[in-house]
Amino acid sequence: MLILTCPYCGVEAEETEFHGGGEAHIERFTDGSSDDQFTGYMFQRKNPKGVVFERWRHVYGCGKWFHAARCAVTLEVFGTYSAQTLKPPKEIITKIKAKRPDWEDLT
Amino acid sequence: MSLRLPEGGSLIDRTAPLEFTFNGKTLKGFKGDTLASALMANDQRMVGRSFKYHRPRGIVASGNEEPNALMNMGEGGRFEPNQRATTTEVFNGLSARSQNHWPSLEFDVGAINNRLARFFPAGFYYKTFMRPQWAWKRIFEPIIRRSAGLGQVPTERDADRYEYFYAYTDILIVGGGIAGLEAALEAGKSGAKVLLLEQSPHLGGRAVVDDLEVDGCDGPEHIASLIQQLESMGNVTLRTRTQGSGVFDHGYALGYERISDHAPNIGPRHRLWRIRAKRIVTATGALERTLNFAGNDLPGVMLASAARDYVRLYGVAPGIRAVIVTNNDDAYRTALALHAAGLEVPLIVDARTSGGGELAEAARAAGIRIENGHAVAKVKGKKHVTGVEICHQTGAGGAVESVECDLVAMSGGFSPVVHLWSHCGGKLNWDEANAMFAPDPSRPPTDQNGEGFVLTAGTASGALETGACVAHAINAGRQAAEEVGRSLAEEAAVRHVRQVQEAPMATVWAMPENATYDLRSKTWLDFQNDVKVSDVQLAAQEGYESVEHTKRYTTIGMATDQGKLSNINGLAVLANSLDAEIPKVGTTTFRPPYTPISLGAIAGEASGKLFKPTRKTAMDSWHVDHGAVFEPVADWRRAYAYPAKGESVQDAITREILATRGSVGLFDASTLGKLIVKGPDAGKFLDLVYTNMMSTLKPGKCRYGLMCNENGFLMDDGVVARLDEDTFLCHTTTGGSDRIHAHMEEWLQTEWWDLKVFTANLTEQFAQIVVAGPNARKVLEALGGMDVSREKLPFMGFIDGELGGIKARIFRISFSGELSYEIAVPTSQGLLIWNLLLQAGAEFGIMPYGTEALHVMRGEKGFVVVGDESDGTVTPHDLNMSWAVSKKKEDFIGKRGMQRSFLVSEGRKQLVGLRTLDDKVKLPEAAHAVEGGQLIGHVTSTYFSPTLGHPIAMALINGGKARMGEVLEFPVAGTVHKARVVDPVFYDKEGAQQDV
Repeated sequence: MLILTCPYCGVEAEETEFHGGGEAHIERFTDGSSDDQFTGYMFQRKNPKGVVFERWRHVYGCGKWFHAARCAVTLEVFGTYSAQTLKPPKEIITKIKAKRPDWEDLT
Repeated sequence: MSLRLPEGGSLIDRTAPLEFTFNGKTLKGFKGDTLASALMANDQRMVGRSFKYHRPRGIVASGNEEPNALMNMGEGGRFEPNQRATTTEVFNGLSARSQNHWPSLEFDVGAINNRLARFFPAGFYYKTFMRPQWAWKRIFEPIIRRSAGLGQVPTERDADRYEYFYAYTDILIVGGGIAGLEAALEAGKSGAKVLLLEQSPHLGGRAVVDDLEVDGCDGPEHIASLIQQLESMGNVTLRTRTQGSGVFDHGYALGYERISDHAPNIGPRHRLWRIRAKRIVTATGALERTLNFAGNDLPGVMLASAARDYVRLYGVAPGIRAVIVTNNDDAYRTALALHAAGLEVPLIVDARTSGGGELAEAARAAGIRIENGHAVAKVKGKKHVTGVEICHQTGAGGAVESVECDLVAMSGGFSPVVHLWSHCGGKLNWDEANAMFAPDPSRPPTDQNGEGFVLTAGTASGALETGACVAHAINAGRQAAEEVGRSLAEEAAVRHVRQVQEAPMATVWAMPENATYDLRSKTWLDFQNDVKVSDVQLAAQEGYESVEHTKRYTTIGMATDQGKLSNINGLAVLANSLDAEIPKVGTTTFRPPYTPISLGAIAGEASGKLFKPTRKTAMDSWHVDHGAVFEPVADWRRAYAYPAKGESVQDAITREILATRGSVGLFDASTLGKLIVKGPDAGKFLDLVYTNMMSTLKPGKCRYGLMCNENGFLMDDGVVARLDEDTFLCHTTTGGSDRIHAHMEEWLQTEWWDLKVFTANLTEQFAQIVVAGPNARKVLEALGGMDVSREKLPFMGFIDGELGGIKARIFRISFSGELSYEIAVPTSQGLLIWNLLLQAGAEFGIMPYGTEALHVMRGEKGFVVVGDESDGTVTPHDLNMSWAVSKKKEDFIGKRGMQRSFLVSEGRKQLVGLRTLDDKVKLPEAAHAVEGGQLIGHVTSTYFSPTLGHPIAMALINGGKARMGEVLEFPVAGTVHKARVVDPVFYDKEGAQQDV
């Protein structure tokens, strides 16, 4: 059972206080987009075996959404950060590279 | 004949006798006995029957690795099957019954399976029971269902209480044997907070049975000293009867405490410890393996270490004349223990040609005969051991001698208990010399920081020799303390452990080496599921080469003992069959719980009324007092109808509808969601969230809106009221209040965070009451305080004021199709105004109506209900609501999704009404329309309409709009009903009633 630290209220809580929200930083496509663009937005996910960026909501706490960078294989958590971001912030990227020198930053 | 020894038994209290029943017979035991030791003392050799072949089964082990001695325990609400006799402490009045036999344990009809064993090898059910097909329902299935399972199913609700307990600690130590205690002491000295769990009622493990010497003290003395030191440390907690059940992510572990199984009613039955630790030390010991020889499953064949446990711990002889068979030195301890207790030990059979070390010498000196390089060819006896045939270990099993005995104590070596290490990803190494898998300390399970959070201690790490075990454990405790930031100033404790010179073990996977097929098909690996060596070889032969496939094909390791005794032997046999190395074959996945835990413990207190809270409105007590029948809607309970005494529910619904349409009715609508959306960008935001244009709504007005998801499918509906320039009040369905609020927050926080909008969920802040019917206005006027004339409060408007002296907001919205007012008051005033409205409406015959009456009335009007007319795959266009989908807006959630070709294609299911040709026929819900052998749609809502005097239905039918007037066929249980496609609005098409 994961432990995550909510970057808004600062509470370090167990997974059961949160609700997972899938892949982070998905670009939304709407009216005027092609079928491929829309299908990609709706249904295609990266699902890498390794570092993932995810959305979480602190449902049984402050109610805020945030993002987490974590390893999907070992459950190592590199950090949590604001949901109002289009891509992971520099500090998070730096933390990941320090732990996983071979990781390719495709964000 | 009693097998209780005249003296000895460190765990029993001979001054505290007690009585228990087994299969209805009253037997005697002592406080401290397990059910297994007590049955053994009463010479009960056979304790059950195996799963498949119904072979006689006896006690094999002394702990929770026991595969055979499973009992139906207790009665009524405390009945539970499959309880291990070896871990059941006896108490006065305990009632146990053996399992899986009929009519009795001694004479079991199911034993016929054993005679037909040739036809029931592993996986036989994949190749049988297929023909003839008719036989499946009437013959095969009933028989299989009756013979499935071991114990009986409880029939009464669990009468016990269970609880959760949350614990946070620096270091969790699982295991209270010498390794766990030494690790706890070393770690405790650092000041770290230490929690130690031991699954059995006593601490000390093997150290209080086997003859060891530490710093000049014997085992029990040394253990007592450790316990005394630990109990004096305030930062250390010792807990017995508590099993470390599983290790999970980020240092989370479960402990399973059996509080009152041994002493009923002293408290809750079980307690689930939900533990978060910085470091976990598994001092979980090692389990002895069985040996693979023919007849090794007969009652009277048991693990050598278990045999001496019964003698030393419980003062019981597992037999009076024992043959020991082994491939390692440890079993000699059993020979010496039995001999010292006055039992006969005619022979020790050692598979190693060079035999044993110091302990073998001691056995020889005690006058016990030893045959090296020999094996047990087969065990003799029908229901229990009567003797053994001995042969050479090399060779095919030709007997050289027969020896009479009633006990065969076998040892195939020891397997470190690696389960908790493995649960969260710890890896293992194969130790060839000791024929065991041991944890690889360089590949531990890792936590949120990528650091290893589990350490092993003692024999669980593979350090089987006592001195090595103790040193390893002390080091583990020290390391754990350092890793949690508590370094130790003093040097690590050093114990002087008397060394026993032991000869190396020999790897023996088959006894004898070249046993014939005949012998191999009587050599058991898994005693509970009846899996033999020949079965595993069969699996390999049939191509199930992966150890995971072999497990499922043969069911080895899938019984309630989870393969504790059979796993390693099984995969060794598989490896040999495939001519592969054991580490290449690998193990199956270790999964928690370590042993089965009660469902009650997992549920904790969340059962019965506490399982899920029921949300009630302010008027709930009134509904109860007036005979309401309730239905669950999301988390709420809502009044479905109010049948009077002697009135059927259907008649009540009819009465409520006729009263409302005829005069006036009262309805509790408090559960519908009420969301405030506020800010300069509120209108802009709602334009994105609804399909309609909401930003053009004027203050003081209401608009019915639809919400779709990005797929373009209808998700929720409700009336939006604009309170002022910046403030909207959005109503949602009952099930939607929390969901839609979350939906709005998700979009505002993760996509459109530049919009200046706040939301608040006010669902519980207001009670909401509908007054509907031709006399509705008169009732509100009778109450007084607000001008509710048609001019001042037109349809789809709202006003604020005080109604009958109570602060209220009145919306003029209608779901019934009648003149209808929805009155919102603070929740605390809800019951008050409900009663005032009843009083004011008495002269008009006002009465309450429930959710079903409302659903019928809206059905008569062709209004949709999200969840009935929509199911997550229906667009607004499908429901004739294209008018609600704005063509002017650039963007809204679902706009792009709705444009996809399939969502605008011809022949999609569309909403229609249905009129059965026979007025006596009401179509059942979800009845399907069939045309030309194809399903072309289904009924979404169906009612008897008292207003119209006939049944009505709504349905989604392929290309429905173009089929007006067509007669469709609905086959239902052999009858084909016919219904005509009609307009879904059955009543008051122009909508005159709601606009008076």
